[in-house]
Amino acid sequence: MKMVFQWIGKRRSYEQQKAIWGFIYVLPWLIGFILFFLIPFIQSFRFSLSKVESQTSGIEIEFVGLDNYLYALTVHTSFNRTFVESILNMVVNVPLIIIFSMFLAALLNQRFRGRGLARAIFFLPVILASGVIASLEASSLVEALNNESDNGRFIHALGSFELERMMLEAGVSESIVLYLTGAVDRIYDIVSQSGVQILIFLAGIQSISTHLYEAAKIEGATGYEAFWKITFPMVSPLILVNVVYTVIDSFASNAVTDLVREVGFSNFNFGLSSAMAWIYFLAVSLILAITMWLISRRVFYYE
Amino acid sequence: MSGTALTRLLSLYYWKRWLWAFVRFILIVGLSFVILYPILKKISTAIKDRTDLYSPIVVWIPENLSLDNFMYAIRTMDYWNTLLNTSFLASMTTVLTACSCALAGYGFARLKFKGSNLLFACVILTILVPPTTILIPMYLNLKDFTLLGLIPLFNGGRSVNLLNTYWPFILTSIFGISYKAGLFIFIFRQFFRGIPKEVEEAAYVDGANVTRTFTWIMLPNAIPAILTVCLFSFVWQWNDSFFTTTYLTSAKVMSTQLSSLPFNLQIALSGTAGRQDPFYLDMVQDTGTLLAILPLILIYLFVQRYFVESVERTGVVG
Repeated sequence: MKMVFQWIGKRRSYEQQKAIWGFIYVLPWLIGFILFFLIPFIQSFRFSLSKVESQTSGIEIEFVGLDNYLYALTVHTSFNRTFVESILNMVVNVPLIIIFSMFLAALLNQRFRGRGLARAIFFLPVILASGVIASLEASSLVEALNNESDNGRFIHALGSFELERMMLEAGVSESIVLYLTGAVDRIYDIVSQSGVQILIFLAGIQSISTHLYEAAKIEGATGYEAFWKITFPMVSPLILVNVVYTVIDSFASNAVTDLVREVGFSNFNFGLSSAMAWIYFLAVSLILAITMWLISRRVFYYE
Repeated sequence: MSGTALTRLLSLYYWKRWLWAFVRFILIVGLSFVILYPILKKISTAIKDRTDLYSPIVVWIPENLSLDNFMYAIRTMDYWNTLLNTSFLASMTTVLTACSCALAGYGFARLKFKGSNLLFACVILTILVPPTTILIPMYLNLKDFTLLGLIPLFNGGRSVNLLNTYWPFILTSIFGISYKAGLFIFIFRQFFRGIPKEVEEAAYVDGANVTRTFTWIMLPNAIPAILTVCLFSFVWQWNDSFFTTTYLTSAKVMSTQLSSLPFNLQIALSGTAGRQDPFYLDMVQDTGTLLAILPLILIYLFVQRYFVESVERTGVVG
């Protein structure tokens, strides 16, 4: 006890005091991190390597090695398909969302009448396109009925079909054409997922100092050149931020998440469910690592 | 026509500018329509009468206005009660999360100690790990909550079951580890790093200690960041179906009510007229969704001006 008082009463330098306060400020988070993140995280890894059975006496854990992983990848009927589909979906959607949101941020940064209204509308998906609302929207029958009745789908298909034919005749490679027409068909998905990203890019564009643009204008640069030579390099560090955000945003609701929950809570196969979650986590971190490596080599930092 | 007007009309620059303004207008109006379309459609469905559903002449504007859908949806969802519960849960987690994340963010930004960079890397880890990965151990922990074996000491050797209470949400927000809290800590850290050191040092020279500096100098300066975090946290808690449907299966909050609405409707309506038309059920369900997001849209209308400004000043941008 005496030691503690001595420790508290000791005179400290300004830096040491600040360090102690820093630890105190971070302490609530640290407790939470250990209790609600680290322990579950390690436990989940242990579950994924074992056979978990809940008995009346408690949970019995039996080590089985990589069996759960092998079962998920080779025996389970739908995991492989769902997993590959949602990873592919992510890989396809992320670049589209990034390009789209950067373009829109540049657009919303320009001066025009009704800019405030346009911004308000474009950030609306930030509050609407998450969680249960998005999932209900997808399964609405009335929407389907409406689409049928006013031939919306037909016109839609025709539109991208025309576009497809035009581009193929112009000699664009087929895979690119399919990618682009796919993007047109999924415009609602993309728009509704890019609210926060537009916000981040817009904030980035606004932090670029105007003297760069003025100098470029005096030198005779067009708006197009100014975008590629000034705006794009200056916001390029934010591409990384947005890629990470887009990826983590898709965690909350996708097919793999649903499958993991179903296996865990409907079939009570906790081991298998944890193994699936871990496979998903590892795949996502691999993708993130690769994109980070690719992007960070090209990113430009102005300092 | 005077000479200057003619030259202006002939200049390429002039035409290019108008062309671009036109293209921009089309793009923005079109994309705005894409965003607003589902909401408009829902409103139009909600005020339709049942007979209008199959009427070929009704596309947007209903022939017979009726508020029956609203009445059904409000009754089946127990709307007012649900609204109260959800607002309570969301505002509580918002306040607690903002407090704990602001503290942690300031600690990481300005009060460096040994290992603080390592701990910040852990914050990034919590952002990157999908919540699904830790879902099952969390669930089991909360079912038999012991707080590292402390609770059984006071409770006669028994653990407490925290499921179906608000405790999982309260605890995770107090400790700054709730849904996407890592992101909030990141936002706060970036923002506090952007405030000039001199402001803080002036306070220290005037004899303020760390706590006083934080509450009286740094927090008032961080209002944009606080607003952003509060809005995000509120909205995400309100819409969250992932944790809510796992931890709070029987409580009446918006997202559980919404996801069980189809089922409840079936029961509520089947008493009256046998088998129900699925399209009609869906019509009521759309109304329910509209009712669930209505409070959010109302809040957004008021705060969006501050919101856009504050995010711009937040320095998420770093």
